[in-house]
Amino acid sequence: MYTQSLSIPDAPAPKIAPVAPVEPAELQAAFDARVAADGRIEPQDWMPQAYRKTLVRQISQHAHSEIVGMLPEGNWISRAPSLKRKAILIAKVQDEGGHGQYLYSAAETLGTSREEMLNALHTGKAKYSSIFNYPTLTWADVGVIGWLVDGAAIMNQIPLCRCSYGPYARAMIRVCKEESFHQRQGYEALLVMMRGTPGQRRMVQDAVNRWWWKCLAMFGPPDSNSAHSEQSMHWGIKRISNDDLRQQFVDATVPQAEVLGVSLPDPLLRWNEARGHYDFGPIDWDEFWQTVNGNGPCNVQRLATRVKAHTDGQWVRDAASAHAAKQQQRAQPEAA
Amino acid sequence: MSNPATASPTKALKDWPLWEVFVRSKQGLEHKHCGSLHASDPEHALQMARDIYTRRQEGVSIWVVPSKAIVANSPDDKAELFDPSGDKIYRHPTFYDIPDDVGHM
Repeated sequence: MYTQSLSIPDAPAPKIAPVAPVEPAELQAAFDARVAADGRIEPQDWMPQAYRKTLVRQISQHAHSEIVGMLPEGNWISRAPSLKRKAILIAKVQDEGGHGQYLYSAAETLGTSREEMLNALHTGKAKYSSIFNYPTLTWADVGVIGWLVDGAAIMNQIPLCRCSYGPYARAMIRVCKEESFHQRQGYEALLVMMRGTPGQRRMVQDAVNRWWWKCLAMFGPPDSNSAHSEQSMHWGIKRISNDDLRQQFVDATVPQAEVLGVSLPDPLLRWNEARGHYDFGPIDWDEFWQTVNGNGPCNVQRLATRVKAHTDGQWVRDAASAHAAKQQQRAQPEAA
Repeated sequence: MSNPATASPTKALKDWPLWEVFVRSKQGLEHKHCGSLHASDPEHALQMARDIYTRRQEGVSIWVVPSKAIVANSPDDKAELFDPSGDKIYRHPTFYDIPDDVGHM
C-alpha cells in the first residue's frame, strides 16, 4: 500500500570505492532496447546489476512498508466502534499482510532471500514508509489512513502496474485491485462520523489536520532533490515523477474533502486557473528526513513491535518445520 | 538430528521450500499461475495459498507445486525453440483467401 520511501537509500553500507560494473555491451543493448520499447523484463532475463539492486531495494522496502503498515491500524482492531468496523479493519490489515507476501515473493525472484530481507528490516538496516512512524491517536485516524494514506499509496502504485519488471508489475496489479476497498472504507467511516455529533466532527478534522502534510510528503522528495528518480524513470521502474503524483493527489483530494465537509490545513491551498491545478504550500522536509532517519515519534516502537511479533512466532515456524520433517520421515520406506 | 528449539532464529523460514500457486477462478476454466509462497509442507502450502490468493472468492480450486519440480527452458534457448514457427504463417487461418460469398468459415 505504501511507497513513500522508494527513493530513499537504506542505511549506508561500509564505504568502498564505487566501481561501475562492466556490463556486456551486447546484453546491455538488448536490455536497453526492450525497456525503451516498453517491454517487460522477467526473472530469467539478463539485467544490469544496478537495475537488479535498485529493484531489490525498492520492492523489499515496499514489502516492509506493507508489513509495518499493519501495526498502526492493528492497534485499533480491539477498539473498533462496532462489529462491522472491526470485521472491515481485520480484513484490511490482513490484506496488508498479503500485499507484503506478494512483494517479498517478487523480490525473491531477483535472487534475494526472505531471510535476508527480514533481517535487514529487523536490524533497522532497511527502510520502510515513514508514514507509519506516526501514532494513530483516535478512531478517526483509522478512517483518515484509509482515505488519505491509502489514497496517496494508490496514486503511487497505479503507475507501478506498468513497471518494466514483470513480477513487480503483476504484484502491483493484484495490490491495486484490493487497495480501492481500503480507501473507500476509510472515507465511508469518516462520512459516518461527520454525520454524528460535533465532537465526532472535531475528531475527524483533528485527524485530517495531523495527517495531511505527512501524506503529501509520502510522495517523496521534490523532483529537484530525488536521488534515484531519474535513473528509475529511464529504466521504466518509475513512470511519473514525485511532484506530478503529489499534484494529482492534491487535485483528487480537495473535492473529496469538500464532500466530506472537512478543511485541509493549508492556507495557501487554492485553485490555480492558469495551471489547471491546485496550488499548495511548502512541505516541511526537515520533519520528513528526521522521521526517515529514525527520529519520528514511533520509529523505535514500530520496529520493536515487529521484531517481537517475529520472535514470538518462532515456535510456530519451528513446529511447522518439525511436523514437515516428521511427515517426510514417515513417508520414507523403512531403511534396510 | 538437529533440535528445532536450538536452531538459529530464522532457520525454520529458510528451510521452508518455495511453492508455485495455481488457482482455478471458476468451474470450467483452467488453473492459472498466480504467484508463489514459502510453506513447510503441501498442506501448509495449500492453507497459505488460500489465505494469500483467495481472500475474495478468486478461486474454486487451488494447486500448489514445489517450485523446484518445475522444469523451464533457458532464456538462451528462446530463438532455437520459438523462432522456427515464426515463418510458418500458413498455420494461421488468416493465411488463406476465401471469397466473401462463402461467408463465415
